[in-house]
Amino acid sequence: MKNSEIWIAFYTILVREIRRFTRIWPQTLLPPAITMTLYFAIFGNLIGERIGQMGGFSYMQYIVPGLIMMSVITNAYSNVSSSFFSAKFQHSVQELLVSPTPNWVILMGYTLGGVARGLCVGLIVTVLSFFFTDFALESLFLTVLVVGLTAIMFSLGGFVNAIYARSFDDVSIVPTFILTPLTYLGGVFYSIDLLPDFWQSVSLLNPILYMVNAFRYGILGVSDINVYWALVIVSVFIVVLFGFGLRLLNQGKGIRN
Amino acid sequence: MTYAIEISDLKKRYDGGFEALKGIDLKVKKGDFFALLGPNGAGKSTTIGILCSLVNKTAGKVSIFGTDVDHDFAKAKKYLGVVPQEFNFNVFETVFNVVVTQAGFYGIPKAIAAQRAEKYLKQLDLWEKKDVQSRMLSGGMKRRLMIARALIHEPEVLILDEPTAGVDIELRRSMWAFIKNLNEQGTTIILTTHYLEEAEQLCRNIAIINAGEIVENTSIKALLKTLNQETFILDLDASLPEGWSIPEFNVSVSKDGGTVEVEVVKGQSINAIFKALDAISVNVVSMRNKSNRLEELFVKLIKG
Repeated sequence: MKNSEIWIAFYTILVREIRRFTRIWPQTLLPPAITMTLYFAIFGNLIGERIGQMGGFSYMQYIVPGLIMMSVITNAYSNVSSSFFSAKFQHSVQELLVSPTPNWVILMGYTLGGVARGLCVGLIVTVLSFFFTDFALESLFLTVLVVGLTAIMFSLGGFVNAIYARSFDDVSIVPTFILTPLTYLGGVFYSIDLLPDFWQSVSLLNPILYMVNAFRYGILGVSDINVYWALVIVSVFIVVLFGFGLRLLNQGKGIRN
Repeated sequence: MTYAIEISDLKKRYDGGFEALKGIDLKVKKGDFFALLGPNGAGKSTTIGILCSLVNKTAGKVSIFGTDVDHDFAKAKKYLGVVPQEFNFNVFETVFNVVVTQAGFYGIPKAIAAQRAEKYLKQLDLWEKKDVQSRMLSGGMKRRLMIARALIHEPEVLILDEPTAGVDIELRRSMWAFIKNLNEQGTTIILTTHYLEEAEQLCRNIAIINAGEIVENTSIKALLKTLNQETFILDLDASLPEGWSIPEFNVSVSKDGGTVEVEVVKGQSINAIFKALDAISVNVVSMRNKSNRLEELFVKLIKG
């Protein structure tokens, strides 16, 4: 395919993905908005006032970056996993497989579709947070870089999940049993400084901790970890997951007999 | 000569060890209307799956218009349009979007895609449904939508896998008129079907596949010439007398005597039957083949 044709194919996949999650907005955009509003109201307002300050900020301000990141992670991941698995399930993925679209374009199209939903939800949650608190942005560049890279990483993770999934249960297992616990334990609601030494060390093995803290650093300027480590970890994951996802596509794992 | 499709020593062994294709060779000429027939599980869909990259081959060579799929599958894929047996479009997309999105996967700019979508959806009587979600269409409309989608990049070869399964007679006829017209304009058509009279009427060449092997590959005319015996059913205007027969013919009279089945072996003249009936003042009201001629050969070849 010529470069212009490749661009059209990529753009087509991306637009289709965006059209999908906006068409079913009551399932994709509304639930995180409601859930996060409840988090802000209950944890931030009601309970947060009793907790007091954390990292030099009000508890509400402290948890906002974590909650935004949590929304981005789960939505980027689940967009790709559910969309690609649905395409497998109803065989519409064959539309792509019979076409000359290269596999790396398919992977990038789906990934960017997930990123689009992750960032869209992240933006909605950010706007909602302004109804409960306000904050100045420490570094716009770092904030955008971290959230963008994290969305890419989890979109790729969702793609790999969808390739291996054989039922809709397989699509929900990872978010329910791995992503959500890791996110809750990834410093969304607390600083790991509050933990005993042993659990602090264990927490450092959780990659989501690095992303949440790097994002919080971009917004508030405070972090439990070295931000550059976060960027390195996310970048390595992206390269590995992209390579792995592409390999699975080339092999036709789960999509070709 | 460059063939539209050239397959040599194609093998497919599935993970469970089932050998779906045992090294088949097949050539389809440019502009041909080609039938690929075989019983269920014979290897037809596997062959088509390999052609359009939905199935990974185990061994062998596949070329589409001289392009080896192992060297440049992207180029080879552009020659092919596929209408699969099962509905495989996104059922939540509108009819128009299903077709235009497919064009995007082939790198066709949106303006051209929209023009072509209008052209093919109108030709296939779907234009009025363009804004309807595809899941709302009837079975026949869904089949036509898949044809429109397969044609959006104007392929040189159109593969139709059981396209008329479950389609009513009127729609089937209009679909075949459309496909025949495409073939007359130069598109190579490859068809799998269980309706053998369709293959006999439409196709010029045929391959019969059984248990992963090609058991016949010739022209329809040449194949029909090999038919040694046909059975005709004659409806009569009067009942035949009990014990009626014609020398050298195997006849079977119905209980009421109003219908007779006659086996005619190659070389025998059917006139002898009419003469024998005329002699007892019985007229033939209508006459038909007991079964489709191709069907008789098909059954014979499959049974080996």
